[in-house]
Amino acid sequence: MNLSLELLAAAGDVKGGEAATFWILAPIAVLGALGMVWARNAVHSALFLVISMLCLGVFYVLQAGPFIGMVQIIVYTGAIMMLFLFVLMLVGRDSSDSLIETLRGQRMVAILLGVGLSLLMGIALYRALGDSDPKGLTEANAAGNVTGLARLIFTKYVYVFEVTSALLITAAVGAMILAHIQKSPEEKISQPERMLKRFLPGNYPAPKPGPGVFSTSDSVATPARLPDGTPSDRSISKILPTRELTSADVAPKGTEK
Amino acid sequence: MILAENLDQFGKDPWWLVLAKVVVIFAFLVVMTLFAIWYERKVVARMQVRPGPNRNGPFGLLQSLADGLKLAFKEDIMPRLADKVVFFFAPVISTICAFTAFSVIPFGPTVSIFGTHSPLQLTDIPVAVLLVLACSSMGIYGVVLGGWASGSTYPLLGGLRSSAQMISYEVAMGLSIVSVFLVSGTMSTSQIVEGQAGNGTVNIGGWHADLPAWYGILLIPSFLIYFTAAVGETNRAPFDLPEAESELVGGFHTEYSSLKFALFFLAEYVNMVTVSGLCTTLFLGGWRAPWPISLWDGANQGWWPVLWFTIKVLLLLFVFVWLRGTLPRLRYDQFMRFGWKVLIPANLIWILSLAGILLTINSDSLSGPGKFGVSVAIIVAALALGFVAIAMSRRNVTVVEIPKAHPGGRVGGSKGFPLPPMNLEVPPSPRAKLVIAEREPVSTGKEKA
Repeated sequence: MNLSLELLAAAGDVKGGEAATFWILAPIAVLGALGMVWARNAVHSALFLVISMLCLGVFYVLQAGPFIGMVQIIVYTGAIMMLFLFVLMLVGRDSSDSLIETLRGQRMVAILLGVGLSLLMGIALYRALGDSDPKGLTEANAAGNVTGLARLIFTKYVYVFEVTSALLITAAVGAMILAHIQKSPEEKISQPERMLKRFLPGNYPAPKPGPGVFSTSDSVATPARLPDGTPSDRSISKILPTRELTSADVAPKGTEK
Repeated sequence: MILAENLDQFGKDPWWLVLAKVVVIFAFLVVMTLFAIWYERKVVARMQVRPGPNRNGPFGLLQSLADGLKLAFKEDIMPRLADKVVFFFAPVISTICAFTAFSVIPFGPTVSIFGTHSPLQLTDIPVAVLLVLACSSMGIYGVVLGGWASGSTYPLLGGLRSSAQMISYEVAMGLSIVSVFLVSGTMSTSQIVEGQAGNGTVNIGGWHADLPAWYGILLIPSFLIYFTAAVGETNRAPFDLPEAESELVGGFHTEYSSLKFALFFLAEYVNMVTVSGLCTTLFLGGWRAPWPISLWDGANQGWWPVLWFTIKVLLLLFVFVWLRGTLPRLRYDQFMRFGWKVLIPANLIWILSLAGILLTINSDSLSGPGKFGVSVAIIVAALALGFVAIAMSRRNVTVVEIPKAHPGGRVGGSKGFPLPPMNLEVPPSPRAKLVIAEREPVSTGKEKA
């Protein structure tokens, strides 16, 4: 009862621009979160998450935490989500979610972990709303938002801060070691060696002729013609079947609309 | 002149003034874009000894306007494999982020506009510089998504390159700004400009030094690193790898045409103006007049500062064009190595030593000579660290013996491939000899007589 009264009182204080921004962005943030779960395409999912995070950043600014808001946008939305996108783009644009479960018992574990996480967050929220004694923004931001934050990070929480950064550095170094391929110096081919190899007799240094005879077909499976009219094998990829043009292919085509 | 001692003067404008400021900033950026395109073409032309655009308007000034109109009337092509929604939003994201960043750049001091006292700046917040960084980091999405949504190989490669490039150079850029924060003690743009007013006097070991107020001189390593990173961040030559036309056709905007392409183009130039404006604000004294002009009392009052600001931005834009006219494009791996292994470590060492020097200068327990000694020790230690890093990073390069070319100028024997001569001397053409030998003596008409 007491708690809900406090919440109501807090909600009553929100007026004007702050309230308008909240009521515009809150539905967008929720829609972004839902869209992230529902989108089939992985890149679309990531983009919905970006929208959600951007709204969160603005909320932080609204709550008189401009520094954390900007850092949210720069670090999470700008850098980390960009790395997500980077990987997704490398995977390929057409790869969509498959509905077949490859790990056995995945759903069970996911439900358990989800319940555990929501319990954890619920308890944290309850404790934050119940026991803690709010000091108010004026006191927290007395020396300026950034200075106040810096003072806390580098005095009271300096140990936690350093341990977290050590953890992150360990993770980064580990990732680099896992992804690193050691090459011996002999394996590296230098530029002059590469050039000499290219110009050795028997190797044709110029670019290969491009496929497709554009007056008849622009297919990559159509070999280029050499000056004497014979098709050039070098012009088509080895994995493509050789394709002779049928009479229908050769016949003049009407302009498509 | 009302000094901006804190941010109380912001956020008090009536709504019409806010609207007017937004419109003026928008117009300023669009006009600067039109002008910068003409300026770039004209300057590059001068560097290459040719006239440049000179048909439309006086000195060809209306050339970019004509190009803009032409772009608007071109066919808007939507590739069949494109992801239509993302393809549409990518240039919009780029442009919006580019314009938003300029809202915290100060143009001048407080002036009276129709009887309302207001600073010549849309707004300022305690973390204004971070807002610019946030906008530039969101602007990357436009480039990356444009590349991805085109559904084509070259744009995808351009998008991938740009995401890696811009994130890497944003780190260097953010770190170079840290030293400005350390010295000025604030992140708001108007207060950083305020911090560069007048001369700071430093007492080192009984020796008084008048330090120049511009952070660009005081923190010259940061200034250089910022500008280098800014060139990388805006995809300008020699760091224009995402749109390297000789490698990727047009890079991320290969499939774009008409107004969508125009938006990308606009965003690129607005970004150039923004990083130049931020550079002016952080390192070159902002709207404050440079030294000889600043002797005049009215230089930093009223509307004059807008002129100084614009001149400084145009000078920085000239450097962008100059770089483009001078330097060839870097190879991708060299470029990334430069960002991660040179710019960022150098920056970290510099910030560390700067923090040490600041602590020494501000300490109460040390006397004048002590402060001087500790500062010198810190500088020497930082330089030693830098040299050790350079010495350790130097790799053993094995020099490959290049076999001499065949006397006929061929590699790999007489049947090998012809090569241009190594000394770049043009060999006499065998054909020219033939012509001279076969030519009959010209009759002069006097022989018969």
